[in-house]
Amino acid sequence: MSDLTARYDGPQGTPREAEASIGDFFSLMKPRVMSLVIFTALVGLLAAPVAIHPIVGFASLLCIAIGAGASGALNMWWESDIDSRMGRTQNRPIPSGRVTREEALAIGIGLSVISVAMLAVFANVLSAVLLAGTIAFYGGFYTMWLKRRTPQNIVIGGAAGAIPPVIGWTVATGSVAVEPLLMFAIIFLWTPPHFWALALWKRREYTEAEVPMLPVVAGTVSTRRQIMAYSVALAAASLALIFTPVAGPAYATVAIVTNALFCLLAYRVWSRDEETAQAEKYGAEKKLFAFSLTYLALIFASLLVDAALRSAGWI
Amino acid sequence: MTDSHVHKRRLGRNVFVGVVLLAFVALVFAVTIVKLQALV
Repeated sequence: MSDLTARYDGPQGTPREAEASIGDFFSLMKPRVMSLVIFTALVGLLAAPVAIHPIVGFASLLCIAIGAGASGALNMWWESDIDSRMGRTQNRPIPSGRVTREEALAIGIGLSVISVAMLAVFANVLSAVLLAGTIAFYGGFYTMWLKRRTPQNIVIGGAAGAIPPVIGWTVATGSVAVEPLLMFAIIFLWTPPHFWALALWKRREYTEAEVPMLPVVAGTVSTRRQIMAYSVALAAASLALIFTPVAGPAYATVAIVTNALFCLLAYRVWSRDEETAQAEKYGAEKKLFAFSLTYLALIFASLLVDAALRSAGWI
Repeated sequence: MTDSHVHKRRLGRNVFVGVVLLAFVALVFAVTIVKLQALV
């Protein structure tokens, strides 16, 4: 190793294996989670009854995205020990030795401060406070305390992922209303069945990493039952949004169809035992997990369609 | 990884940071103009 590379140390004081690229730092920010945050915040922003200048909207969305990225960096900084023990996360920048924990922490804190401060300038103080609270909740409370202590980690931690449409709404209106709260409820109630479906067939990895996911702690029967219960609650919240002004024909149609499918897939997961699931290589659980991603995309995309129809004067 | 590769990668990172900072300045300027126009 050359002198230049030897100056920098890896996560445990070992020589760094490779010089980090921009892509490594970017992946610290969990770009897939960021894309979901941007999308749902955009829906909250555009569904709001107050029009906002596109440049201000863009700048505000950027701040929300950077804030989400900062939370991701703080999460990776704290969880590098777990990440190095799970196959799914072993190649992340810190466990693979491309980025040090100190760099991740510095990026997490730096971007948190910048995103919150700039959102207060670009949009309003309420949005900035909500963003700061979300970063503190996810990066601090969930990552550092909750995740390793309770099997309800996903349920409570899901609140952080559910807040972006509320922030998007407050950027436009400066206040909170029932519509963004229902959008919050949809993501909040969607998170447990989404992650528990994954955890059912990945539970060995969570056990080895000592993360108390519900299937590890409460068993698969209880997990399957709770997946069904949350899916029904999700359908209720999702269908309730139909009766608010932000929803139109696109949302109503999509919500009815996708919630019926979601509940059907959840019922298949609930109604079978672990032996059958293993024999079928967790086919139903994998289907529910995959469909849950499509579900969320369709639900929020249909709100965008209705917002477009409304602004065109068609509804 | 050789010194030349390390230099190249660091140069790439520094250029990227420079571009991001310039974009940030442009964004703040644009938002300022928009907000000032709204006050007029």
